[in-house]
Amino acid sequence: MKVELTKIAHARSGDKGDTANVGVIAFAKEGYDVLVREVTQEKVKSHFGDLVKGDVERFELPNLGALNFLLHGALGGGGTLSLMTDAQGKTFSTALLRMQVEISDEEAGKLGLSE
Amino acid sequence: MKKVRVASGQGFWGDLLSAPVDQVRKGPIDYLMLDYLAEVTMSIMQKQHARNPEAGFARDFVSLVAEILPDLVEKNIKILSNAGGVNVEGCAEAIRKVAEDAGRKGVKIGVVTGDDILDRLPSFLEQGIEINNMDTGEPLAEILDRVQAANVYLGARPLVEALDKGAQIIVGGRLTDTGLTLAPMMHEFGWSFDNWDQVATGTIAGHIIECGGQCSGGNCQYDWQNIPDLDDIGFPIIEAYENGEFVVTKHEGTGGRINIPSVKEQLLYEMGDPHEYITPDVVADFTTIQLADDGVDRVRVSGIGGKENTDFYKVSIAYSDGWKSVGTLVYSYPDAYEKAKAADKILRKRLDALGLEFDVILTEFVGVNAAHGHLAGDPPKDIPEVQLRIGVRGKNRDHVTRFTKEIAPLILTGPPAVTGFAGGRPKVEEIMAYFPALIPKNLIETKVEIIES
Repeated sequence: MKVELTKIAHARSGDKGDTANVGVIAFAKEGYDVLVREVTQEKVKSHFGDLVKGDVERFELPNLGALNFLLHGALGGGGTLSLMTDAQGKTFSTALLRMQVEISDEEAGKLGLSE
Repeated sequence: MKKVRVASGQGFWGDLLSAPVDQVRKGPIDYLMLDYLAEVTMSIMQKQHARNPEAGFARDFVSLVAEILPDLVEKNIKILSNAGGVNVEGCAEAIRKVAEDAGRKGVKIGVVTGDDILDRLPSFLEQGIEINNMDTGEPLAEILDRVQAANVYLGARPLVEALDKGAQIIVGGRLTDTGLTLAPMMHEFGWSFDNWDQVATGTIAGHIIECGGQCSGGNCQYDWQNIPDLDDIGFPIIEAYENGEFVVTKHEGTGGRINIPSVKEQLLYEMGDPHEYITPDVVADFTTIQLADDGVDRVRVSGIGGKENTDFYKVSIAYSDGWKSVGTLVYSYPDAYEKAKAADKILRKRLDALGLEFDVILTEFVGVNAAHGHLAGDPPKDIPEVQLRIGVRGKNRDHVTRFTKEIAPLILTGPPAVTGFAGGRPKVEEIMAYFPALIPKNLIETKVEIIES
């Protein structure tokens, strides 16, 4: 079944120049395995489409049950150069949590998401 | 086991003014750290300093010290701050005057300088030292004549020196946020600067509290609806132990919440490669951090590892890079989104007809796509209102100024039922672009002085 990422993770985002970072944190241990499998660099890049001009990098933090993404070229130049409302990338966190991910029935059960 | 409590009082210049006062009055702390500087702040301060040689630092800090000085002296609380901006001596002198006016003799103020390298840039280039933009590779020579501020990020070493010399209030310029928390731990526990795990521990403690309330319930997505009493949010406190563990907590009875999810969110904030969090003091590894629940509003942190620091300081250079302005108007139901889009088209045609040139024109529709772009999907047909937000950026100041005069005319010459223009013409802002670079550490000399009231 497909679920919105917001059901299995929370997130915070910020900026470094023209790069937005999004830390995605699984609510539960089982959720982290889903993040690692489903929330890949490629899928995140295609999720954001035109909103991210450059590459997407992904880092794993198993100790925190979290992934960190760097979205390059996402902030219209960044800092004071950017004309965007969200020049600091604060809402990229929730934009990523809109993503749909595929989970098995067994995982849905463990994550308390069974239909 | 020996412990030391380092409290966060300010996450940025303009943060909650009551927070540092609460930190010294609502419970026990040993140190108060205050971060006043964002990347853009130094260039603002540099401009203030150019207009008035006595300005160029965070005046809020001086008022704060005036308010809490009796508490600091009575409870022997020490303060570390980067409030000095581009006029550290001026800031320190203002603090000394505050102490004297209050009849407090013998207050020792530590003055940390050496971060400001604005005047040295030309000579560095003449000596053949390469200074390039870390992100783009652009050489400094290309923008040198437009540079407004240049400051090296200094670490914890000069702060420890000031503490060792007995300073109670330490003022510096472009000090790293993390160093302000690390330094008291180094000083109190006698840790060595080449014990990388210990230095990384204090650095990560600093990262957790450097954004103030953002780790104690503010901007926290996890269960945000149930975070109690944010109106009275308690800023975070590091309760550090000699063995390298620390607890993130806040004063009893204050609002907000500290739990594992709130600390995780802050740990990941503005994170790059988690294996290599580089500061002047250490390269910390965020994949080593272990978190454990330690009771209500208490999270225990342990296991932190780090690697040897690098031979370079990061330098933050700000340079003038053109002009920008952003204007807004609000359109109401019916057809709010359609009206806002029509207004945008009309405005762009007029800008074209005027022959104005810009590097970028950006239109956003607040209420529709300003935060999440196309991911937000199509707005409902009956959307009650939409804010048209249009910004321009360019090298020609006159063109940007002309743009600001084209917003208000849309009220009587564009789509109907428009409002939200009470602020008048939008202002023209000078763009201070950011040029991050690396510079060999051996070129930088830090100085630590103690002055006394």
